Amino acid sequence: MAKQRKIRSRHAKIMLWSVVAIMLGATLLPLTGYLYVGITTATAQATQDANPRANYWRAVREGNEGYVASQGPYTTNTLIQNGGQNWRQIRNGPISTFTPWILASVLGLIVLFHIVVGRVKVEGPISGRLVKRWSLGERVLHWYTAILFIILAITGLSMLFGRAVLIPLLGPTGFSAWANFSITLHNYLGPFFFVGILLEIVLWMRHNIPNADDFKWMATAGGLLTHDHVSAGRINAGEKLWFWVICTFGVVVCVTGVILNFPNFGQTRETMQIASIIHAIAANLWLAMAIGHIWIGTLGTEGSLEAMTKGRVSAEWAKQHHDKWYEEVKTKET
Amino acid sequence: MARMKFLCDAERCIECNSCVVACKNENDVPWGVNRRRVVVLNDGVPGEKSISVACMHCTDAPCAAVCPVDCFYTTDEGVVLHDKDLCIGCGYCFYACPFGAPQYPKQEAFGVRGKMDKCTFCAGGPADDNSDEEFAKYGSNRLAQGKLPLCAEMCSTKALIAGDGDMVADIYRERVLKRGGRPQTWGWDAAYGSQG
Repeated sequence: MAKQRKIRSRHAKIMLWSVVAIMLGATLLPLTGYLYVGITTATAQATQDANPRANYWRAVREGNEGYVASQGPYTTNTLIQNGGQNWRQIRNGPISTFTPWILASVLGLIVLFHIVVGRVKVEGPISGRLVKRWSLGERVLHWYTAILFIILAITGLSMLFGRAVLIPLLGPTGFSAWANFSITLHNYLGPFFFVGILLEIVLWMRHNIPNADDFKWMATAGGLLTHDHVSAGRINAGEKLWFWVICTFGVVVCVTGVILNFPNFGQTRETMQIASIIHAIAANLWLAMAIGHIWIGTLGTEGSLEAMTKGRVSAEWAKQHHDKWYEEVKTKET
Repeated sequence: MARMKFLCDAERCIECNSCVVACKNENDVPWGVNRRRVVVLNDGVPGEKSISVACMHCTDAPCAAVCPVDCFYTTDEGVVLHDKDLCIGCGYCFYACPFGAPQYPKQEAFGVRGKMDKCTFCAGGPADDNSDEEFAKYGSNRLAQGKLPLCAEMCSTKALIAGDGDMVADIYRERVLKRGGRPQTWGWDAAYGSQG
């Protein structure tokens, strides 16, 4: 009896291991095909690597340089430059696709915000007392850069989107004339704009160093949504933020612009491709932010535009938006 | 309709620059503007190779894709041409072109370049065939006269071949068969895609 049980259990063991072996074999054996393919392709790879001519032309594809007897400013000794395709795909791809959406959403949000929340009005009766806010020099500098900014934005956008938007409207010949005018204006006014940006940075830097009040101002976004009064000096945190945007985006846009504007400095195609991409991205983001600046300075806040046109603001406006500065001015006067 | 193509056989090109001279003379191209050039790789060392290169008249031409005034067009024969009356000399085609084909008469401050000039496959431009205006702007229109580009016609070793892509391919295939080895035609895939 015991012997019979022993035999039965051995049979069960043999059965179990046989099933496992068959299962394993059925799963693993077909995979040896991969091994075979792997080995054969590895050999094929090795023979391909051994062909020196393939490597020779591979180097050409990667943009190696040779010798050229012909001479000219645009005559290069590279057979295939790869940067151009990247430049094309970034410019015609993400930049052309996202920029209109970014600009349109900013514009749309501002219109919506203006309709829903509305304008910040000067509170209380106007006494007629005026406070000097911007000197003539500051105003001239502001409008000099502002007008150039708008001209450069329109001409720059014409270069990026004119083919899609303006050719259907003006026709090929009409748009070509406009594009010719645009590029000339853009290229000649650009350096003048750079001067304006640099002057603004140098002259206004000392007014725009962040302080403790600015963090409180930022925490409530200057009462933009609530129309609360947030304490601020002559320049509030929002204005300071815009100043630092000019310092960063402005400098990036202007420096890349100069690189593109003076091909006679001898910079390479690759440098100019990169400069062009950075220029387009930074300029368009800057433009999106400028739309906000323009709205706040004109329709968004009552009395702000007068500060930059006439140089003076009502005492009430000063008290409401820049209370600490108003106190300063008042104590100075008395 | 024939699909025009250039082919430069690196096994045959001896860097004589005749194609460059022929092109300049035939099309009256000014100094500093090189519609065609010969690039020598590994100059002076064993295994040196030279290649004559001009506009490759790409199927999906990068110059045409980035042109802000859309002045490029492809003829029925696959030749990429441009309209100098529309060109504003922005330089974008030069950034985009893999082969360095677009050329400009000037390189000055404030991005002054003048109107772009490039190889026309000796097919002139949008002006009337073989008119004075066409010659002044674009050079010779040999295709309209039933001739092929002069650079290839002049090539002493017949390294540079121009013409219908099928015929060019047949000639090259025959050469490869006689020579032994596999085709390593430079630039073919980049210009025409791997289906060629």
